[in-house]
Order: sequence, then structure tokens, then C-alpha cells
Amino acid sequence: MTTNTNTNRPTSPHLQVYRLPLTGIISITHRMTGVMLSAGLVFFVYIVSSVAGGATSYAAMQDLMGVWLFRLIYWGFIYALFFHLCHGVRHLIWDAGKSFDRETLDHYAKIELGCSLALTLFTFIFI
Amino acid sequence: MDYRSPLARVRGLGSAKAGTSHWWMQRVTAVALIPLSFWLIIFLDLSLNAPYQETVAWLTSPFNTVCIVAWVIGVFYHAALGLQVVIEDYIAAEGIKIVAVWAVNLSFLLLALAALIAVFRTLLIG
Repeated sequence: MTTNTNTNRPTSPHLQVYRLPLTGIISITHRMTGVMLSAGLVFFVYIVSSVAGGATSYAAMQDLMGVWLFRLIYWGFIYALFFHLCHGVRHLIWDAGKSFDRETLDHYAKIELGCSLALTLFTFIFI
Repeated sequence: MDYRSPLARVRGLGSAKAGTSHWWMQRVTAVALIPLSFWLIIFLDLSLNAPYQETVAWLTSPFNTVCIVAWVIGVFYHAALGLQVVIEDYIAAEGIKIVAVWAVNLSFLLLALAALIAVFRTLLIG
């Protein structure tokens, strides 16, 4: 590693004083939901293990997951999943080299937010 | 022209020539997970609300078993790839960074195995 002595180089906008555009806010939210969903996978392992464990462990799991705090975490997980999915689709569109102009960015951001909310509501009501 | 010092090159810092496949597998697993999420949501909904026999019957029906197993493989791979990027972005100290990536990879491998074995154990019940 070389020691860098030139400290006068231009720096990128400092995050604490730079007002993020909508795309920037969604971008960091995408990363945060990714980390939270990864942590939530522990719950999935717990749930599927309780199914394998038999009727008694299944009932205990249902009791625990019925507590309001865990219900809240569950619906947070579902919303995070849909958000991450919707923004993930946009990453795939970006990977194809499309929709980088400013108007499309904001337009797609609103579509994403709308879709993730709609999918969560749909899951809540119909599934 | 190479701007890196000979020492940096020797120590293998900089490109490790594996970035493209990391990026690519992140996309491949992402696309696979889009339809498979449907099975996850059905499974979670049943597990939290349905009687035991109904959940077991759903999970042990062959097509559902395949989809849930595929989701498990895809999601733990995708999560490990994603967390690796997050760790590499925020942890500067080389030693801690490497150990953190190892820890994440090994933990997610273990969790994936636990989930898969739970699915197979359910097959023995159903």
C-alpha cells in the first residue's frame, strides 16, 4: 500500500451535508432492506425447522409469531422484500443500459414505491 | 501503463479477477428469486396461520418442495453475495474485512443447510 500524501484532491459530496435525490434515498434503502432481509432469513430457518419438528414445535412457533412484535417484524419483512424486489428489477433495467435520464429516474422511483406498497397490501388482503 | 506499485501487485491488492462472476451471479440469483418469492410468501402465510397438516401437505407436494428448495439455494447465495459487497464497502481494515466475509459466507452456508435439512425432514413426515 502506498501512503497518499496529496490531501487536496477534490472529494465527493459529503453525505451529511448533501441532500440526497429520491434515487439516492431509494438506493441506500435498497441496501438497508437487503441487509435486513438477510438477517430475516434466520426467522425463515426457524419457521421451516419448526415445521420439520412436528405439531408441537409448530404450535409453539405459531404462538411466538402471533405476538404483535413478531407480526410487525413479519410485515416489515414482507414490505422490505417487495421493495427490494421492485428496486432490484430497476437495477436489471439499468444493467441493460436504459432509463438513466433524470425524468425517467424519478418516474420509475414513484412506480417502484407504488408497486411495493400495492404488492404488500395485496398480500395482506388476499393471501 | 500500470499505476500500481510492484509491491501492491505482488500482494495481490486491486483486481482479483473474480468480480465479474460475483456481479453476474448476483443478477442470475436475483432473476431466479423474483418468481420464487411467490412460494416463499405462500409458505410463510401457511406457516403462520394454517393448521399443521395443511402446511405439511403444501410443503411436501413435489412442485412446492422444488420451488422452496430452489428459493433457499438462491436466497442464501444472493444474500451472501450482497453482504460481501456491503462489508467490502464499509470495512477498510484488510484483516477484519476478510474474516467478516468468511464469517458471513460460512454462516449463510450453515443456515442454508439447516433450512434444506428441515425441508427434507418434513418430507419424511408428510
